[in-house]
Amino acid sequence: MSDNRTGLQGPAPDERPHPDGRRNAQGIRIDPEAESEHEPRRTVFSAIVEDEPGVLSRVAGLAARRQFNIESLTVGPTTVEGHSRITMVVEEPEPGIDQIEKQLAKLKPVISVGELDDDAVRAELVLLKVRGEDPDKVHAITEMYDGRTLDAGPETITVQLSGDERKIDDAVDAFRRFGIIEIARTGQTALAHGSKKTVPGEEPGTSGEPTKPNTNTQ
Amino acid sequence: MSERTAATTDPDATDGADDSTETPTEITSGSTSVVRALENAGVETAFGVQGGAIMPIYDALYHSDIRHVTMAHEQGAAHAADAYGVVRGDPGVCLATSGPGATNLVTGIADANMDSDAVLALTGQVPSDMVGSDAFQETDTTGVTAPITKHNYFASSPDTVGDTVGEAFALAAEGRPGPTLVDLPKDVSLNETDREPGPAQAPETCRARTDPADSQVEAAARAIERAEKPLLLFGGGVVKADAAEVARQFATEHRIPVVTTMPGIGAMPEDHELCLSWAGMHGTGYANMAITHTDCLIAVGTRFDDRLTGGIDTFAPEAEVVHIDIDPAEISKNVHADYPVVGDAGRAIERVDAELDEGPDAREWVDQCLTWKDEYPMDYAAPDNEPLKPQFVVEALDEATPDETIVTSGVGQHQMWAAQYWTFTEPRRWVSSHGLGTMGYGLPAAIGARVAADDDETVVCVDGDASFLMTIQELSVAVRENLDITVAILNNEYIGMVRQWQDAFFEGRRMAAGYEWCPQFDKLAEAFGARGWTVDSYEEVPDAIEEALAYDGPSVIDFHVDPAENVYPMVSSGGANGKFALSEDQL
Ligand SMILES: Cc1ncc(C[n+]2csc(CCOP(=O)(O)OP(=O)(O)O)c2C)c(N)n1
Ligand SMILES: [Mg+2]
Repeated sequence: MSDNRTGLQGPAPDERPHPDGRRNAQGIRIDPEAESEHEPRRTVFSAIVEDEPGVLSRVAGLAARRQFNIESLTVGPTTVEGHSRITMVVEEPEPGIDQIEKQLAKLKPVISVGELDDDAVRAELVLLKVRGEDPDKVHAITEMYDGRTLDAGPETITVQLSGDERKIDDAVDAFRRFGIIEIARTGQTALAHGSKKTVPGEEPGTSGEPTKPNTNTQ
Repeated sequence: MSERTAATTDPDATDGADDSTETPTEITSGSTSVVRALENAGVETAFGVQGGAIMPIYDALYHSDIRHVTMAHEQGAAHAADAYGVVRGDPGVCLATSGPGATNLVTGIADANMDSDAVLALTGQVPSDMVGSDAFQETDTTGVTAPITKHNYFASSPDTVGDTVGEAFALAAEGRPGPTLVDLPKDVSLNETDREPGPAQAPETCRARTDPADSQVEAAARAIERAEKPLLLFGGGVVKADAAEVARQFATEHRIPVVTTMPGIGAMPEDHELCLSWAGMHGTGYANMAITHTDCLIAVGTRFDDRLTGGIDTFAPEAEVVHIDIDPAEISKNVHADYPVVGDAGRAIERVDAELDEGPDAREWVDQCLTWKDEYPMDYAAPDNEPLKPQFVVEALDEATPDETIVTSGVGQHQMWAAQYWTFTEPRRWVSSHGLGTMGYGLPAAIGARVAADDDETVVCVDGDASFLMTIQELSVAVRENLDITVAILNNEYIGMVRQWQDAFFEGRRMAAGYEWCPQFDKLAEAFGARGWTVDSYEEVPDAIEEALAYDGPSVIDFHVDPAENVYPMVSSGGANGKFALSEDQL
């Protein structure tokens, strides 16, 4: 059955022309001389979701399997029945941040999702349990950070603090001198500044109206 | 029961949404409402395996005109439904019981997910009040399948389960297709309802944007106009969107060369001069040259899989990328899109076409591409003193079959040879497992394709010895249903693709790669009740193919091919497309 077939022919790899261009790890064309990678950036996403069983695990599972770096994830009901708000703090290089938003938008229970601007108001709540030996000093530091004492006894004092991430970090540092026995942080939650919408389609001030689905325009 | 068997083997039973709507299932329970929802959605066929928790659904199917094809294994049911959907363009439906039934579906669902194939899976579940108790055959099916479905549902009430099934069916097909699943606790199926399910609609939160934004269309058109070396890349999305016609017209009108991805095979006729066939790891040299040197890559309906791109750093490194896709999340996921166009493939191409003031002037570039075609022809050596070459078998099959033959495959070298040496001219004819690379896809896919295809169409499965062995039990289904399928095993007594890599990258240590222990497939085929042939030489090829194709039923030809044959060209994993090797010493 032998015929004139010779097998694959053609110039070998090193005999071919090869372009000089390059892409970086994110698939962006770059100047091959000046390697450029995006620095990770920390940002907050807010999503209005249908309050159905498993929604949190879908969001968490998505982040885990796509290797999104999540700092915190919170969920709670809104004033619209059946809708919850998820707030997610992430740290990723630029195209990754865009991916997170689009992948979240694809989840069926996600009604609308948006990235918050820098001027968004953010807050976190922390419970700190410290040794009770020096109640006056604990009290003073608590006052300094606008905290509240929730529980005080001879052995332990538990205080509640809230505020943005920086303030909480500072406060935790300040309490270290008393010996922190236990700590519980909620993770950040956030809303857009002033009358801006926190997520696209969310009408400010119309809490009774369901949020309109996100029509992704990208 | 004999009545039912007769009904399912009646070839006429396949031609009728009309038949099934004539006597819609009466709704008395959750399960009848599920079946009614399927009927309302136009489902004509379902593939599955019975079992405790899904029995109520099967009982409801007993009275329905929906044809049920019992498969030997649930994986087969999922692959059959997948291929049925690929060929038909509507979601395929598969059924399984809870626990092992559902977990057996998993490979097929994952496969559909990776290839964006619309599949609806219905799984039985233990009764609601036993969920969470580790009941007999309980598996957290929605948990297990969440990462591999577009969305899945846990049915909660007989009143709404029909709506849920309708929604899941519609969602599978909406926008970028994919698998969905509804888990059906037995009590939800059994309990009473008379509620008619509403029309099947995708959930509001998942509606895809089909018409692209003006600004995106304009920007893409300007980029294409100024291109000097434009290249179209047609992905599976072109096929799924039924946009092949529009896409071809665009390519020929503006004389832009075309490469496809593997799932995009058939979007452009491979015998067209502008078609450079498929690019990527084992794509043609000319496709990989074109993709490496283009200055404007117009990619339609592709997710830039790493088997296509090779190393991202060297992928189309000088190209502005226009990326048309219905899924915004694919834009700039792997390859940065300079000009994203989010919308339906056909609609987007039409809009870009209308926006073009003049096509790009790419005569020189087209000539260059045609030169590459001459420079790197797809060819194989077939010396007299070497065993039968698998590529020859693929060409012989292509020649012996009608133009629009449907070809399914397993995964491995044979799959690559089938894709390389079969000349596809139409979409929905190449039915393979691309993204997941699932050995064993071929035979159940051929069954699904056969059930979906018209009687006068030919279905061939090009399989590997090891791939065939993975789902061989489905041959019993092909025999029972008397499905006219020709399985061509390119038997190299190896998991050849693995052996090829061992030789190239592991200094020839062929650990666990020898499959000389495979059974005699011709005899096995006969034992199943199919026809079988063994072919060892070139001389026997034409007759065996002719007889197998002529036989009206499942036939298996075991082609004993050269175990030493390798697949080339090859871009090594993560390597540069432009540096494809033509032989092992070039890797
Ligand atoms: C289910 C599954 N298991 C393992 C693999 C890894 N794998 C990829 S190709 C291949 C060889 C397949 O052998 P065969 O079907 O005989 O095809 P050949 O390469 O010999 O043509 C294997 C084992 C796979 N793709 N799928
Ligand atoms: Mg093999």
